[in-house]
Formats: sequence, structure tokens, C-alpha cells
Amino acid sequence: MTRTIRLHVNGQPYEGTVEPRTSLVDFLRDALDLTGTHVGCEHGVCGACTVLLDGQPVRGCLLLAIQMDGARITTVEGLADGDRLHPLQQAFWDHHGLQCGFCTPGILLTAKALLEENPHPSDDEIREAIAGNLCRCTGYHFIVEAIRAAAAARR
Amino acid sequence: MKPAPFEYADPRTVDEVLEHLAQRGDDAKILAGGQSLVPMLNFRLARPAMIVDINRVDGLGTLTETDGTLRVGALVRQRRLEGWSRERSPLLVAALSLIGHAAIRNRGTVAGSIVHADPAAELPALLLVLDGVAVARSPRGERQIAAADLFQGPLMTSLAADELVTETRFTLPGPGDGWGFHEVARRHGDFALVGAVATLRLRGGRIDDARLAVFAAGPTPRRLAGAERALAGQSPSPGLFREAAELATREMDTHGDIHATADYRRTVAATLVARALADATGRAKDPTR
Repeated sequence: MTRTIRLHVNGQPYEGTVEPRTSLVDFLRDALDLTGTHVGCEHGVCGACTVLLDGQPVRGCLLLAIQMDGARITTVEGLADGDRLHPLQQAFWDHHGLQCGFCTPGILLTAKALLEENPHPSDDEIREAIAGNLCRCTGYHFIVEAIRAAAAARR
Repeated sequence: MKPAPFEYADPRTVDEVLEHLAQRGDDAKILAGGQSLVPMLNFRLARPAMIVDINRVDGLGTLTETDGTLRVGALVRQRRLEGWSRERSPLLVAALSLIGHAAIRNRGTVAGSIVHADPAAELPALLLVLDGVAVARSPRGERQIAAADLFQGPLMTSLAADELVTETRFTLPGPGDGWGFHEVARRHGDFALVGAVATLRLRGGRIDDARLAVFAAGPTPRRLAGAERALAGQSPSPGLFREAAELATREMDTHGDIHATADYRRTVAATLVARALADATGRAKDPTR
């Protein structure tokens, strides 16, 4: 059994045919070739696959692509404007908010949703917001700095 | 780490869901938020032949409070109840904010967590302490299952294979009632190693109505009836809370596992019970004073 779904990713319409068991993140990567969203633990713990569904962060590994007919998804590919980085991406660049970069797409989208809901978060609020995104390189310190800087740049 | 193949249906009405369940029985699993089910599918701990996705079913999004009874439809996400609770129930906010992370709560449903019946989960304990019920529909009709009768063991409920929980109901603490909610977990968002929740009412300086439960301390969340009786009519004090906590540990069916020993859980549960009672007393407003 397969089904054809239509959805918007980063404002662009896409169509694809999926098996029921295909996860959203596998669909984004394998069918749409949007490989910026990473696959980590595949059971909702690491946060690497975090994307925005109607502007809210969700785990791409815990949604089935077949459920996403008609959905509006934002992935890391939707952040930059051409060659101009999104303010959060620029802040991560400036503040060394990444090392290997594997967790970064998920953290950027989680931070984007945080700043939209809470434009001036405290460090504790930033840390709580990204608690569901595992980073094994940075120790989080520079990530928190980067998000704080991006928030300040928005003022 | 990919699910085994399954058939998929996304019906639009409760009756269609019930038809699928009636036909497929234990071979079918209901998909709501998927934050517990999909990990089990990915690990192949669950291999249902059919997934019945209820996300497009109409009429399961109720979120209302009438005379202290909160009704939560089967598709109400945890994050939505969290937002609603900010104005209405600080107890619910405290408990909900400890479930996973925002990304999980954006998708996970209240009813889904309850029927998943993880003994370490917050919502089953809340349903139990707030004298809640699950409303279940099947081809035989509708029934209300009290929380105490719902939870049968780890990930086990008294629901039949052909039943769908359409709504859960909670009796919210009344105005002036105090509450306490504590859990210990290794990291924010992890499953609790042990937790305790209490609500109580004060009248004339005495405890009029105390509700107390522990979770992650046995095969199901547990109401502590003996400790509740010991509190009734007494003047709140640290000594009384210690006594109730001591009684509570004797009522628990505590287990050890790789995360914590039974002794650890009992000891910490006693401390959390006493703290939850102290918090509840501090927050309660005695209308007679």
C-alpha cells in the first residue's frame, strides 16, 4: 500500500508517494532530497530531526509522512534567504555555536520557535527550550550564547 | 530502527474508527500523537498489522471546564492543555511542563499518554489523583472508566481491543485548594525515577480533603488511601506529613530496575510525598480563616 501526499515545505509545494511506515524525516531526506534535517536516534530523544509543523517544533522521526498531506513544514533549508544566513544561523557562526553540526538544524528550528514565542528569553528559558536537543560537542555554552545574541539582534 | 510494514487508515468519524477496531481487534493500534507509539514501532516493540490514525476524526478536540470538571477530548495535545492551564490550573502546568520536551508535547496527546499507561508518566498520575475517568466508546456503547480501574499494570489498561477513548475527565482542585507536584528525574524531560502529587483543602485549620498519589514507584500510578485517611481532619504539620509519607511507603508496590533500586524509590517517594503535602498546605487558602 502506498499513498500520494501533497504538502508545503519551506513554502514550496511538493508531492510524493509514501508507504505508511515512512517517517517524515526519511521522506524529507530520501524523497525530497532535503538532507539538512538529520536522523539521529529515531525514537524522539535526540532532537536532530526537529522540524516545524505549522510553526511548532516536532520530531520528524515520530511523525509518519502519510499523516502530512496538506501540512506546512519548515526545515533548516528554509531559514537562509539565498546567500544571507538567518539571524540565528549568523549568530551560531559568530559565536561558534556548532562543532560537528549534526544537531544544529534541529537546534536552529527549536530556537526559531522559541524566539517567536518568547523574543527575549532568559538563559534558563533557552536551556530548557533546547533540553530536548542533544549536542555532544559544544557543551551547550556557545549555543546558549548564540541564541542569546540572536535574540538581542532582533531588538 | 524502521517500523515493520503496516496498513494505514485515517477515518473521519469515531464510528469508522470503531469499525476498524471491531474488525481487526488486537491487530490494530490507534495513532493519536504518536509520541509513545511511534518509538515502539521504530524499535519494533510493537508490530501492529494496522494503524488507525485518529488525527482527522472530527469532534475529538473538546477542551472545556464545567463546575470543576475538565473535559479533554482525545486529540487535545499536551501543549494545548498546558496553555489552557496557565490561567486555570497551576498544578496541571507543573505536571505537563515535565513531560518530555515542547516538541514532544506539541504532538503528544493527553488521552494518548493516559492509555499508554506508562507507570512513570505524569498524566496517568494526574488522572488518578484528580478522580478522573476515561470515556471509552465501542460498538457496545459508551462507558466511563475510573482511573483506579483503568491502570492494570505497566503499559496495561482495562480497555478492550475494540474500545476508543474519546475523552478524559479530571476533577480540578477547587478554588482555595492547595497542590504539590514533585518528581525526580536524571534530566529535565526524562521519565521520572519517582514522583508524588497531592491536593488538599483546609477548613478551620484542619485538612478537610486530601488526595495523594505516587508514580514511577510501582507497576501503575498509585492512590495512597491509607495516607489520605491519616491526614483527614488533622492539623497540617511537618510531623504529620512525615507520618503520612511513612504510611505511603507501606502502601506502595515499589520495584527496582536499572534506573533506581526499590529502596531508593521508597526513600525518595517518602520525601516527595512530604514535600508535596507541605507545598499543598502552603498554597491552600483556608476559607474559615
